[in-house]
Amino acid sequence: MNPAAYGEQVRRAWVIARKDIRVYYLKGPVLIFGIFMPVFLFLAFFLGGRQLPLAFLVSGLVGMTLFFTSTAVSPAIFPWEGQARTLERLAACPVTVEAIVLGDMIASTLFGIGVTAITLLIGLALGLPLLHGIVLGFGILIAACCFSGLGMLLAVPPTNLPSNIMMLSTLLKFPLVFISGIFVPLEQMRRGGSCWRPARRSPTSRTSSATRFPAHTISRWRSISRCLPGSPWFSPPLRCACTGGACRGGCDRCSDRKMSGRCQ
Amino acid sequence: MIKENSDDPSAGGPNIIEVETLTKTFGAITAVDGISFEVRRGEIFGFLGPNGAGKTTTTRMLTGVVPIDGGSVRIFGHDIQKEPVLAKQRFGVVPETSNAYVDLTAWQNLMLVGDLYGLDRTRAERRSSDLLETLGLSGRSDQKVKGYSKGMKQRLILAMALLHEPELLFLDEPTSGLDVQSTQMILGLLRDLNADGTTIFLTTHNMEEANRLCDRIGIIRSGKIVAIDAPERLKTAIDREHQVEVSFDRPVPAEAIAGLDGVAGASRTGDVWQITTGNPDLTIRSLVAFSGDRGATILTLNTLAPSLDRAFLRLTGEEQP
Repeated sequence: MNPAAYGEQVRRAWVIARKDIRVYYLKGPVLIFGIFMPVFLFLAFFLGGRQLPLAFLVSGLVGMTLFFTSTAVSPAIFPWEGQARTLERLAACPVTVEAIVLGDMIASTLFGIGVTAITLLIGLALGLPLLHGIVLGFGILIAACCFSGLGMLLAVPPTNLPSNIMMLSTLLKFPLVFISGIFVPLEQMRRGGSCWRPARRSPTSRTSSATRFPAHTISRWRSISRCLPGSPWFSPPLRCACTGGACRGGCDRCSDRKMSGRCQ
Repeated sequence: MIKENSDDPSAGGPNIIEVETLTKTFGAITAVDGISFEVRRGEIFGFLGPNGAGKTTTTRMLTGVVPIDGGSVRIFGHDIQKEPVLAKQRFGVVPETSNAYVDLTAWQNLMLVGDLYGLDRTRAERRSSDLLETLGLSGRSDQKVKGYSKGMKQRLILAMALLHEPELLFLDEPTSGLDVQSTQMILGLLRDLNADGTTIFLTTHNMEEANRLCDRIGIIRSGKIVAIDAPERLKTAIDREHQVEVSFDRPVPAEAIAGLDGVAGASRTGDVWQITTGNPDLTIRSLVAFSGDRGATILTLNTLAPSLDRAFLRLTGEEQP
């Protein structure tokens, strides 16, 4: 066994991920920022009297859940580990820094996917159709990976106080939710307006689009993938997912059915 | 700097740790200033120094926890910066503060470490059971570590460091703040491990511990190594004067004691005379002869060899010679 080999390091990254799942999934801040926050935000919109279709709301909730949950675990792990000095233990073990980061990202990604799957199941239970499951799964996977990577970046400031990182994380996440196309689709925003510009570059906009297309097919898929050059991190994989979804589903016929809820 | 005596015939064997001009700076402060030393296979090397001298920073660099600013560290021939995984696979680390996962049980912590070192599950379980038994934790192995006492946590950390049967063990103040039972258990285990061939790098404040355990001692002050040698050689090299304590059954004049052969100085505390001498054998003979001549019975007679504490204080500049 060569402990420095890539395969062995990936295996050890999975060991770290399993440890993170055991230790951090049920921590208070993770539950608050990863589960309660998106639920209450969704309820605020749902009960807000805007008469939005359920299909639109659920797809938004899926996107928002994915965003909140996937960014809830990864930023908190490093400060927690630093505070408990367990990071020093990991650093003294025969694992590379890349393996530690990968392990934390895997744990965060799985948390996002797991909780999002529950949201998705609720949507299906409410009778909403799933038209392109593979595309949706692929989009969720890519988005969860990207968001957990974003969470790791938020943990970069050197601090042993998880609250400091959670505050920074909240400062980024909340504005993103409101300019993300989750509750107001990009198509409805005034093109070139003050919200549209940041929204079209927001990673959550892409997630919402990736969710709506296979679940409810309300968006102009190809036009979205064309008009959202986006941020360098999030755009390419999600665009691939979007374009792939459009090709696979062949849903140009749905492109004008904005918010109609179903593909015929 | 006191150079070590290299004539020791038992000192042979290849070096396991090779440190060359190791340097670490934090802003304008140089925490470790170009130190060089080696640790030989099978020895217990004590690393001593006052608070803030650079002991822990050095240990962290040796174990690859913090990056090196200058110089090099080779462990088992692997550069700790270029091949950290290969080096770390062969050593274990016991830090001063327990760093087990408190939300996991002792068993889960051990299995985690086993997986991180690539041990197969059967071997990890067998080693874990043995270590928990040896360290007196087998009855609490399924309890979360957050419920452990400090001594139990430290014993668990030692078990975690020993799980993969490392050839080299780094310990940073392993018995700091522990009760006598835990301290003796850990020190006994370290002796047994060393007897079985494990090389030990021990950072400590405890002179008695270093004196009893270590084959060689390195003393660091203000980021620089000021002495490396065997404890006895270090003590005699630094402090050549011995102390003799004697008491008689009746008062004796100070000038009579001070005038004896071999006595360099004498002072009295209560009824005990503290005599400083460079030749304890001659001084004891003089005292016995003096006792016979004066008819004064010797009640107590003790020789006090130079202590590592005094050597340490002299070398670290906290006591003037």
